[in-house]
Amino acid sequence: MSEKLILKGGRVVDPSQDLNDMSDVLLVDGRVVSLGPSLDAPEGAQLIDCEGLVVTPGLIDVHVHLREPGGEHKETIATGAASASAGGFTSICAMPNTDPPIEDPAGVGFVVAEGKKAGKARVYPVGCISVGRKGERLALIGEMVEAGAVAITDDGSPIMDSGLMRLALEYAQAFGIPVADHPEDLTLSAKGHVNEGVISSRLGLAGKPNASEDIHVVRDLMLAELTGGHIHLQHCSTWLGVEMIRQAKARGVRVTAEASPHHLVLTEKAVEGYRTEAKMNPPLRTQQDVDAVREGLADGTLDTIATDHAPHHYDEKEAPFSDAPNGIVGLETALGIVLTHVVKEGVIDLPTMVDRMSCQPARAFNLPGGTLVEGAPADVTVFDLDMAWTVDPAKFLSKSRNTPFAGWDLTGRPCFTIVDGRVVWSL
Amino acid sequence: MTSNVLTLGKDLIGLEQLTADQILQILDTAEPFKEISERRIKKVPVLRGKTIVNLFFEASTRTRVSFEFAEKRLSADTVNISTSGSSVAKGETLVDTARNLEAMRIDMVVMRHSASGAARFLAERIPSTVINAGDGWHEHPTQGLLDLLTIRDRLGRLDGVKVCIVGDILHSRVARSNIYGLRTLGAEVAVCGPRTLLPPMVEELGCEFFPHIEDAIQWADVLNVLRLQLERMESGYVPSLGEYNRVWGVSSKRLDAAPKDLLILHPGPMNRGVEIDSDVADGSHSVILNQVTNGVAVRMAVLYLLAGGQLEKAEAAKQGDEP
Repeated sequence: MSEKLILKGGRVVDPSQDLNDMSDVLLVDGRVVSLGPSLDAPEGAQLIDCEGLVVTPGLIDVHVHLREPGGEHKETIATGAASASAGGFTSICAMPNTDPPIEDPAGVGFVVAEGKKAGKARVYPVGCISVGRKGERLALIGEMVEAGAVAITDDGSPIMDSGLMRLALEYAQAFGIPVADHPEDLTLSAKGHVNEGVISSRLGLAGKPNASEDIHVVRDLMLAELTGGHIHLQHCSTWLGVEMIRQAKARGVRVTAEASPHHLVLTEKAVEGYRTEAKMNPPLRTQQDVDAVREGLADGTLDTIATDHAPHHYDEKEAPFSDAPNGIVGLETALGIVLTHVVKEGVIDLPTMVDRMSCQPARAFNLPGGTLVEGAPADVTVFDLDMAWTVDPAKFLSKSRNTPFAGWDLTGRPCFTIVDGRVVWSL
Repeated sequence: MTSNVLTLGKDLIGLEQLTADQILQILDTAEPFKEISERRIKKVPVLRGKTIVNLFFEASTRTRVSFEFAEKRLSADTVNISTSGSSVAKGETLVDTARNLEAMRIDMVVMRHSASGAARFLAERIPSTVINAGDGWHEHPTQGLLDLLTIRDRLGRLDGVKVCIVGDILHSRVARSNIYGLRTLGAEVAVCGPRTLLPPMVEELGCEFFPHIEDAIQWADVLNVLRLQLERMESGYVPSLGEYNRVWGVSSKRLDAAPKDLLILHPGPMNRGVEIDSDVADGSHSVILNQVTNGVAVRMAVLYLLAGGQLEKAEAAKQGDEP
């Protein structure tokens, strides 16, 4: 018997087909079958009343840390996938900086299998660029792609060796995958804990200057231009970095780039008082940088919103600032933060948000989904634009609670998350 | 009496958060306490029955001994815990260390720690009073206070006084406490040293910057000369200690060119022949040992005020009244 689900009466926002209108959506056997006003519900179809709600292609986050294997006290693939579903994400890309790192087909296969077992979101593995994330020689990129890897990165660490980055950008082209980089020149930033500036000086913490990010952004763009490879720049946080990407795109360089929700709404002021829940890498920067990231998101310089979901156990964050690890969880706050503080503040409109959180991520990493055209995978996010709620980390499905957004009053939150035609989460 | 009773709050974490009145209250309270250390029997019952833990995660002689004298001369019961390396390296977290002490029912913790923000971190997690004896590069408030007291002793004021801090400002908690305290009390503050050892955007902290020591000497009333640690050379911030001395060292020859007599402070321990020449350290302009003496009085004042004492009652407290 076929599985049928009909979403009735919602406003469908799907920029992939330039759709922003009231429409029903019929999903059968894991595929979008038809869209249109007043569709008849076929016999045996489950009906979801979406009146007053927004229906979009499932949200896709190309940058999450699921910590498994090796960091199961922070998150597992199962809890990370559950967290994704509760945030409205139907697909997530798992970074390979686990212990051991995901650097061979066996590791990739493990993530694929655990993701399937979890059954809450499509979990796509990203493999390492280099063996052991050491930045010395290329990992088994081709074999990892065969096993299901959708991109490569040494995220958490940059590729410091420009020669190796060139090789990666050349070699990866055979497999049609992007090379994702965490752009950071460690010789300028390795000791840093916060943005370098007046706040780092006042707090007596070593800083990471914008230049440490900008130098690698520019280097990566030059190498993408040299090789014709696809560079994907992760968590862009500097004004000059955004401008350099804009100029490179105008020259036709194959570059895609991320903005994280926190770099869209928070400045370095959030670390005042040594708040470790606002410690991340790249660090929160100045208002000038936030403005540039917002502008870059709006004009398409930054293609995707990606959370850089980085769970840590509370014991690890409960430490003096310089001893605390970098990163915040983001999957369950992303949509509310972006709707409240980016869309409703007029930086981008709703279709653009769906584009940056669904269509473009799918395109950047060549993933199924990101569209509700007929025949597309039945991955759908349904959310309420107007529902007011308060962020309560105790209610997260993630294993971790490390967020600077605790207690924030937000407007807009997911109601139903549908993967492969099945409701995997509902409010 | 209608005078405002100021309180410092539960803790002393830094001078950045204190108002001018609060800082003056500490300095004024230190005045009557100076005399205790000049007595034959150097002990008053001000903190009788109070339990204080001196928790030092970093090596310190001068500050720890100064606090200990201050505590003992006020009749507190003290315990010293010194541990090299951070608590994390030791395997126990800072929170657990503090909670264990707390469980033994202490009143105050005097803490030095290598991490900026550690004192505040502790203060937010335990009900006892926390006194910051130096946290990373952040603050060393009692050192700042004793520097202020020493300058005021000699010059009679702080308002309008020009103080230049010389040397490794970047890694210096003494520098930050000096900058905040001095500026709050109306002094003008400048910094001088190699650009590699300055905090980024130091001008935004309200400090003028002199690249050359000669210009700083022309400008200043007071030089606060910081220790240049050997490891700064090893990490490449300066090419050699000898070159540092030639370019930024405070020598009597350089001081002779000053338009007026300068007051010379140094938080110690000194590297003679590096940041300061011996004839300056031992010369008539130096108030380095006065700083050490004042350190005990300032720390007594801080302990007394945080234990609930008041400036107006300090004189009486010395005679045995409970705070």
